[in-house]
Amino acid sequence: MASEVVLRRRRIQRIRRGAMYGIGIAVVVGFVLFADWETIRRNFFNTEIARDMLPEVLTVAARNTIIYTALAFALGLVLALVLALMKLSSIAPYRWFATSYIELFRGLPALITIILVGFGFGIAFDWKIPGGTLGKGSIGLGLVAGAYMAETIRAGIQAVPKGQMEAARSLGMSPSTAMTYIILPQAFRIIIPPLTNEMVLLIKDTSLLFVLGTTPASKELTKFARDFMAQNQNATPLTVVAIVYLIITLPLTYLVRRLERKTEAEKR
Amino acid sequence: MTAPPIEIKDLHKYFGELEVLRGISTTIQTGEVVCLLGPSGSGKSTLLRCVNLLEQPTSGTILIEGEDITDEDADVDGLRTRIGMVFQQFNLFPHLTVLRNLRIAQRKVLGRDTAEATRIAEEMLARVGLSDKVNEHPSRLSGGQQQRVAIARALCMNPDMMLFDEPTSALDPELIGEVLDVMRELADDGMTMLVVTHEMGFALQVADRVIFMDGGVIVEEGPPNEVLRNPQHERTKRFLRAIEIED
Repeated sequence: MASEVVLRRRRIQRIRRGAMYGIGIAVVVGFVLFADWETIRRNFFNTEIARDMLPEVLTVAARNTIIYTALAFALGLVLALVLALMKLSSIAPYRWFATSYIELFRGLPALITIILVGFGFGIAFDWKIPGGTLGKGSIGLGLVAGAYMAETIRAGIQAVPKGQMEAARSLGMSPSTAMTYIILPQAFRIIIPPLTNEMVLLIKDTSLLFVLGTTPASKELTKFARDFMAQNQNATPLTVVAIVYLIITLPLTYLVRRLERKTEAEKR
Repeated sequence: MTAPPIEIKDLHKYFGELEVLRGISTTIQTGEVVCLLGPSGSGKSTLLRCVNLLEQPTSGTILIEGEDITDEDADVDGLRTRIGMVFQQFNLFPHLTVLRNLRIAQRKVLGRDTAEATRIAEEMLARVGLSDKVNEHPSRLSGGQQQRVAIARALCMNPDMMLFDEPTSALDPELIGEVLDVMRELADDGMTMLVVTHEMGFALQVADRVIFMDGGVIVEEGPPNEVLRNPQHERTKRFLRAIEIED
């Protein structure tokens, strides 16, 4: 009796699975049959337009995206380390400052911060941040990245067992010596995967820098693509920069996955 | 130096509302080995951790070689280099090799150069019988070996005294002996030692004095033969009976 019930249930499951495959195949076949392939090809995969983008899409646009990311990440990392240490400080005003900073910049759209840094200071103090788009853009993005990474670093420091600090202090190390040589090296090992994720987010956020206005030499990937689209009345540039973005970000996400697996293996 | 290594006067420690130490006074003489015994929660680990200020005493004074470490202006880091500490969980630095574990505080705290720090590290590693592990990472060592490295790391600072916080409690039974052997040799060499332990055999054979604590006070203290074989207080008797049943 019981086995008959099990058999029936299995048959129902098999039918249901078959139906799922059927629906999926029908959707794909329908799309292939009815899509206007010529229009899609001409507008998204136009090889002539793609060829026109070379080499500037790599030598200027991709290069700028990477430079903006690197500078913003470097600034963000330093800022984040200071904020994380302030947040863990025994001095209350330091903690308040760090918390306010982190909550403020995580709560605002990154675009607002970029506009504030790019134009707000100039209007308010009659003083411009030097370095053009590069200077304004990396500072704006770095201020935001610092807020996010500060929380990551703080969590990493707190993930180091308490006994490590106690052992270091028992050997006569000052708090800063213990932090520098014992706690932070261990914390950074823990947070390299999440920090790499932050970097991937940062790469994508460089596309916001178009608001600062760009010269031909300072365009990053997204702005470069938009200008090319406007010139040619064609969407192919988007496809091209999408591929370039993926070429930059996919290896990083792959690296994160490998690092995470390695950390997991070490824990066991 | 004429002042005793450790002198504790009327030490009180609160964790919030809870009074963990209720007036501890005792003096430990140069070369003396003292074992702190008592049930868990009796305050013995807290007492030990107060001696190198891992816990801040609420009131009372602790003199290390005559210097008041509870004074606000005390040079705590400097004092700690004179007090070796060994933890239950070893607390080796997992990102550093054994050699670097032994060298880092010598370099960054005592300012020794690399060559001298290496020489001393190798000497101390030989003393605990682990010369062949100099380039290993701690995670590749057994618990007993890790604890011996931790003892060597403390010895590298040339401490005048050593604190042991349940040094064998985290070890598999077959690894306890090697750590106790190292501690016994240290005691034979004349090191001043304050040891929180549940190893009654070690207390009997090695200690000059045992202190039995319960409820944050010293219930009874004296030579191990007297306190362990012929306890005067009911609480000590009960504790020792319970331990024997466990064994």
